Amino acid sequence: MMSSQKFKILMVAVALVALAYIVPHSSSFVVLLATRALVFAILAMSLDILLGFTGLPSLGQAAYFGVGAYLTAILATKFHVGLGWDFWLVVIYGMLIGAALAALFGLFAIRATGVYFLMITLALGQCVWGLAYRWNSLTGGDNGISVTARPTFGLDLTNERTFFFLVFGFFLFTLISLYVLVQSPFGRSLAGIRERELRMQILGYNTWLHKYIAFVIAGAFGGLSGVLWAHTNGLVSPETVVLTTSVDALLMVVLGGAGTLVGGVIGSVIVFGLREYLSTLVPWWQYVLGGVYVLTILYLPTGLMGIPARIRQARGSSDKSTKSATPEKLVPTPS
Amino acid sequence: MNTQFWIIQAFNGISYGALLFLVGSGLSLIFGVMRIVNLAHGAYFLWGGYIALSVIWVTGSWALSLPVAALAVAAIGLVMERLFLRSEGFEYLRNGSIALGVAILITLAIGNWSPSVVSGWAPFVTVTAILTIALYFLLTRIPIIPIETDVLRQVLLTVGFAFLFQQAALDIWGGDNMDIVPADMFNTSVVIGGIYFPAYRAFMIATAAGIGLVIWLVMEKTRMGAAVRATVDDAQMARGVGIDTNRVSMFIFALGAFLAALGGVIGGAFLGIYPGLDFEMLPLAFAVVIIGGMGSLVGAAIGALAVGLADNFGKALFPEISYFTLYAPMVLILAVKPTGLFGRE
Repeated sequence: MMSSQKFKILMVAVALVALAYIVPHSSSFVVLLATRALVFAILAMSLDILLGFTGLPSLGQAAYFGVGAYLTAILATKFHVGLGWDFWLVVIYGMLIGAALAALFGLFAIRATGVYFLMITLALGQCVWGLAYRWNSLTGGDNGISVTARPTFGLDLTNERTFFFLVFGFFLFTLISLYVLVQSPFGRSLAGIRERELRMQILGYNTWLHKYIAFVIAGAFGGLSGVLWAHTNGLVSPETVVLTTSVDALLMVVLGGAGTLVGGVIGSVIVFGLREYLSTLVPWWQYVLGGVYVLTILYLPTGLMGIPARIRQARGSSDKSTKSATPEKLVPTPS
Repeated sequence: MNTQFWIIQAFNGISYGALLFLVGSGLSLIFGVMRIVNLAHGAYFLWGGYIALSVIWVTGSWALSLPVAALAVAAIGLVMERLFLRSEGFEYLRNGSIALGVAILITLAIGNWSPSVVSGWAPFVTVTAILTIALYFLLTRIPIIPIETDVLRQVLLTVGFAFLFQQAALDIWGGDNMDIVPADMFNTSVVIGGIYFPAYRAFMIATAAGIGLVIWLVMEKTRMGAAVRATVDDAQMARGVGIDTNRVSMFIFALGAFLAALGGVIGGAFLGIYPGLDFEMLPLAFAVVIIGGMGSLVGAAIGALAVGLADNFGKALFPEISYFTLYAPMVLILAVKPTGLFGRE
């Protein structure tokens, strides 16, 4: 009998192999959609580090996504950097700029708790949006920057299927790195902070520093997803850093299940399916998106990944009145 | 850049601040009383403008459109608050309305992919009714974890409603940019010292000042106002001394929606009314709330003036970083004094 942890890892591995096999054999539209969803999955997983594992509900994750994307676009169009082998350098730059921005923003944000953390990350995100929208000479203002050329280094990335595998590789890299992170002693102490920050402080942990480091790591992976988005979408505009991108990322995490990493992936596939696929079919798709928000928040607060646990719990409680195992709320509010 | 430039920009900034006060003060009070970050507040603004347009099309009266739009949106806000944000006692209605909504979407989807099944009204209604009943019983079986204490879930719920309102507005009023034309008496300008001041902007300032004064008097002098202030300071304690905080939150939420809609009608005359305006106003309203302090009326007034002036002068003097100059102070204030300049600890 396998342990449940190993079983889950096996399930995820099987799903990923299936994804890597099925998608390239599908129509080019599906390939495009899957590529985009995977880029957002990286963003969602980076947010899950904050929301699910540290208990920090950030409303400004699009900022790091945005700087990564703008950096890539500006380097490519103005300096012709990152269109050959130096693409890998741009990936590193993108992660560094995301981390650097998070390191700066974290100085302001980490002190705040609960709803004030939400508000300050919202304000920080709006700062980045404001610059993207107005700083015409650098960002192209409302029109944004077109990234017409994809990098070429041995691989033909203009081929959407090859490009999908590149993004898939980065996605795997993120998933594995973040999984190792949350399983590490550092990740365990983050979970401790999420559950009871005061207790961790009393135990001698520097909770501010732990949260700050988590914030910076999330920023770095947010930057990575931005770099990939610039080449996936081909256009970087203020739409990239708008408030709704941050909010969508939050929904992806909550919809899939906060604190599960793969939940964010499932969430991003669903939200992207609605935003990019359903919108081509029916004009009333946004009702479905709004409906998914309302249904998830009211009826599925632990997300899709939390359904088995809730069913087990509902069955269990009808037999014997066990104490609720479901968390009362996603993010503890400080009193 | 002469005196005239400064005077006109200041006047524009103050009148814009007047508009922001209408949107921000309601948001601030809602936050103070209910601790809810209402991301649907921009939608109330937009809907206020759209409903006013409809009233003007039907009756031709701009003056009538102000109260009708504001009251209609207040009613929408009230329903949203009762059914979804504080649904205690209204669980049946909430589950029922959600079941109906989802059932309509599913029926629409069936109609979209196999039109033969639901052609015409009668089959449509039948299928929807059956689905509604089925979904209703499914939803009532799901144990609900209350959202009152969870900030993030409340935020995301209001976002969901913001998207629903946005789509509904698009379906009802279309995607064109429309203007609200105010009464003729405001189409003139007042000339003082050789500078033209548009009468409409003066009207905006007067309206916001008047409404601000009335709310301030209600807050300071009436029993209801005292209950609201007590709830802002300490909701648990207020409940403890017998204040019906449930009713307070209902009142404040409707008032906030009312003010935002009023702002939509008034602002629609010079901003225009168009899809996407809701999410443009929303961050500005939050800037007002944060700078002034959440739950404080005086703070909202000062925050609104600050944001209005910063926005106008920022755009005129250093356009490239104008939004940055708006949101960066917001970050600093939050970092130094999270409760805002006038917020209470």
